[in-house]
Amino acid sequence: MPLTIGVPKETFAGEKRVASVPDVVEKLIKLGFAVRVERGAGDAANFADAIYEAAGATIAPDAASLWSSSDIVLKVRAPNTAEVGLMKEGQTLIGFLWPAQNPELMQQLAAKKVTVLAIDALPRTLSRAQKMDALTSQAGVAGYRAVIEAANAFGRFFNGQITAAGKVPPAKVFIAGAGVAGLAAIGTAAGLGAIVRANDTRAEVADQVVSLGGEFVKVDYEEEGSGGGGYAKVMSEGFQQAQREMYAKQAREVDIIITTALIPGKPAPKLITAEMVQSMKPGSVIVDMAAEQGGNCELTEPGQAVVKHGVTIIGYTDLVSRLARQSSTLYATNLQRLTEELCKTKDGVINVNMEDDAIRGLTVIKDGEITWPAPAPKVAPAPAPKPAAAPPEKKSAHGHGAGAPMAGRSLAMLFGGGAVLFWLVGAFAPASFLSHFTVFVLACFVGYMVVWNVTPALHTPLMSVTNAISSIIAIGALVQVAPPLEGVADGRPSSWILGLAVFALVLTAINMFGGFAVTRRMLAMFRK
Amino acid sequence: MSANLSAVAYIGATILFILSLGGLSNPETARRGNLYGIIGMTIAVLATVLGPRVTAAGIPWIIGAMVIGGSVGLIAAKKVQMTQMPELVALMHSLVGLAACLVGFASYIDTSIQFAGADKLIHELEIYVGIYIGAVTFSGSIIAFGKLSGKIGGKPMLIPGRHAINGIAALIVIYYAYAFLQAPTVADGTVPLIVMTVIGLLFGIHMVMAIGGADMPVVVSMLNSYSGWAAAATGFMLSNDLLIVIGALVGSSGAILSYIMCRAMNRNFISVIAGGFGTGDGAKVGAGGTAQPQGEVVSISATDTAELLREAKNVIIVPGYGMAVAQAQHTVYEITKLLREKGVNVRFGIHPVAGRMPGHMNVLLAEAKVPYDIVMEMDEINEDFPNTDVSMVIGANDIVNPSAEDDPTSPIAGMPVLQVWQAKTSIVMKRSMASGYAGVDNPLFYKDNNRMLFGDAKKMLDEVLVVLKS
Repeated sequence: MPLTIGVPKETFAGEKRVASVPDVVEKLIKLGFAVRVERGAGDAANFADAIYEAAGATIAPDAASLWSSSDIVLKVRAPNTAEVGLMKEGQTLIGFLWPAQNPELMQQLAAKKVTVLAIDALPRTLSRAQKMDALTSQAGVAGYRAVIEAANAFGRFFNGQITAAGKVPPAKVFIAGAGVAGLAAIGTAAGLGAIVRANDTRAEVADQVVSLGGEFVKVDYEEEGSGGGGYAKVMSEGFQQAQREMYAKQAREVDIIITTALIPGKPAPKLITAEMVQSMKPGSVIVDMAAEQGGNCELTEPGQAVVKHGVTIIGYTDLVSRLARQSSTLYATNLQRLTEELCKTKDGVINVNMEDDAIRGLTVIKDGEITWPAPAPKVAPAPAPKPAAAPPEKKSAHGHGAGAPMAGRSLAMLFGGGAVLFWLVGAFAPASFLSHFTVFVLACFVGYMVVWNVTPALHTPLMSVTNAISSIIAIGALVQVAPPLEGVADGRPSSWILGLAVFALVLTAINMFGGFAVTRRMLAMFRK
Repeated sequence: MSANLSAVAYIGATILFILSLGGLSNPETARRGNLYGIIGMTIAVLATVLGPRVTAAGIPWIIGAMVIGGSVGLIAAKKVQMTQMPELVALMHSLVGLAACLVGFASYIDTSIQFAGADKLIHELEIYVGIYIGAVTFSGSIIAFGKLSGKIGGKPMLIPGRHAINGIAALIVIYYAYAFLQAPTVADGTVPLIVMTVIGLLFGIHMVMAIGGADMPVVVSMLNSYSGWAAAATGFMLSNDLLIVIGALVGSSGAILSYIMCRAMNRNFISVIAGGFGTGDGAKVGAGGTAQPQGEVVSISATDTAELLREAKNVIIVPGYGMAVAQAQHTVYEITKLLREKGVNVRFGIHPVAGRMPGHMNVLLAEAKVPYDIVMEMDEINEDFPNTDVSMVIGANDIVNPSAEDDPTSPIAGMPVLQVWQAKTSIVMKRSMASGYAGVDNPLFYKDNNRMLFGDAKKMLDEVLVVLKS
């Protein structure tokens, strides 16, 4: 029985987006789902009901009938109390939820025994998850719109021109925070012809800024600002001092400032003080994209555009909604990708697979049970610790390299086998052997740990270097060439041993020098 | 240098080797990783030569051997073509295997080291095992080298009842282990030792002969692992911790690498090692032909290919072994550059087992200076094919074979493949209609939206480049 996906009209004041668009509806139907759209859901984003119907959706007359007839509800904003009231047991809700900020809502939803996937809880560092990253797609739209708003309020051209009517200098734009929104703003402003500067506490984004046509302004202070998961962290006092000086200098020079600085779970940092605003040229514009979280500028009034000290300060909190058609399309595609992940069988039935890192992260409530926050995603998809100790023993004994780590269920058996093997070694082997054995087993583990996360591109160089390193066997030949022989009984066939050892040494030397040289040659070719 | 000093130097060398392997897991740190390896090796060799186990009489011999071997190695490394890298690596593995054998024999006939009781038993067992692994590594690597360089055919050679033969060989080896351990004198023990060595050599040959060409990357990596185990066994026999540690490091990392690769191909490690392609026996390889693909093959000229590429917005290039053979990577990059300048989004889709060695394609593309941010892994790019205008397959076959997904009876069923047929048009560059290394026919060639560009990849791409430039 295929499930029904419902797309209600957003109820949040001023929200113009819609969670699915006709193109995507068509694809969802191809995945085997039935799709139901509330009347007028797409109106604000210029998607008429008729187009949804043409794409294969049915139209629900009101919210109540939509919620009651849907198995999966796609939303943009978190549901309000009335909407939660319409939910039924076993239903699945997908949308923005911000579980950290909305603990009460979480409780209400959990009480309804529903499953909730919060698109904002996606583990963004997972490259596989990027196609579902709605925060990114929406931030990109917001960044674009911020520049358009600034251009609208700004009384001059963005690009420089030399005309018969005089010379026009290009506008200077400073962008604080080079996250997705910031980068989109940089690209848009540079595209309009402005001189763009940008700053971010994370030094590694400098290249990205430059690649989009911006200039990266450094803060004259050494500190690394990456706070994990690709977000920025709160910086030290000394750094903030240096940063303030830099911002003050930029404020005096530039015409437009766009701020995007956010720290997860904290109010937005106040980067632009009242004095800085005062020091700006009359007619300048500040777009504060962090207005919803309190604003990066002291004078921002969230939701409004105000003029203070001759500077227009735009604090709109609905930048994304101002480009509703675009942002809805992107958001709908993100949700479509997520639906594909949930419905790998393409038969209109979803499977919330909690083993999948991406899905696990998204799922904040599973059948009424709060599963948020998710544990940190596993770096490697390693199914439990591999019994690397036991197979290597077998290998060295049989000359068999069959070291395939087993599935989780045979783990116990393997550990059992390993224990027996260890017991045998412990019971019968002499002490001198045991110390070597310890070293051997530990080294096996180290090798396993070190290699497990190698990127596929480097398999060949890695193999080449391990090959070179295996010429360590030269040590064995070296100690045989001419060991100290005092007090040894005669009859040692020294010349034979010497011959064998020297020959072995030649072979390993070929491998040693050749191996490292080849690896070097290969690695010299890797470039960004 | 005292024994303690050289022990400490060994610890230092060990750390450097671990850092070296760790460094190699990321492109940013890889070069430093190699440097660590070189330093570690230098320290280890110097500490041994200057240590208590080597007297002055040996120094000239050592220097002589190192100079001869070193120069041969350096010249080989300099001369080798990037496309021959897999062969070279396989050949080098064989050297380590042979060296392990030699050291084992030398250690056995060395009467200056005397043990008694359990120690003697263990020491001799270590020698026995060390030589055996060395022999298997040596002959296996030689065969792998032959297969990779085309001197031996790529098809798996499957002797009837090969598992039984392997079993009997194993029994003989175990029996002679007993005979060897019972031997009262060195001379008595030599015969079982030599018999076992011969069996080891034969086993190595048989094992690799039975493995299909498409699985060669796994074999190379597995032999890499063997050479590590051989070094570890030698370490046990000489009571040298450094050898044990490094041998185990190399051995386990090689085993893990093989496993990672098997997983990428959706193949069972054991069945790859046991030989043959897939689960079946000899007849199975030909059985793929039962479901003859229907349809017509449409060929295309280089000029039309250039036109298609020029008009495309998104292009994905899927290189395979054919590109390596034809040395076409530089031309590929020229074309890529040209198209990118024209605003075409060109990317590369790399299958985990494209080529004859893991990461083979990455190395070749890197040699041609293709920036690695447009080189994508299969998982990253597979879902982009539907939005792609042209997918160009250069000398690859099995890794783009749709029957792996559609046809459960196909020998390569279940292996993840690059879905090039999802693109609006796919172009396959091939010399002829011959089947790939796995010996399976490819329905892709018969699809409506597929075009074949027959000819040597390099020559054809050069023609495409000329048209694109004009």
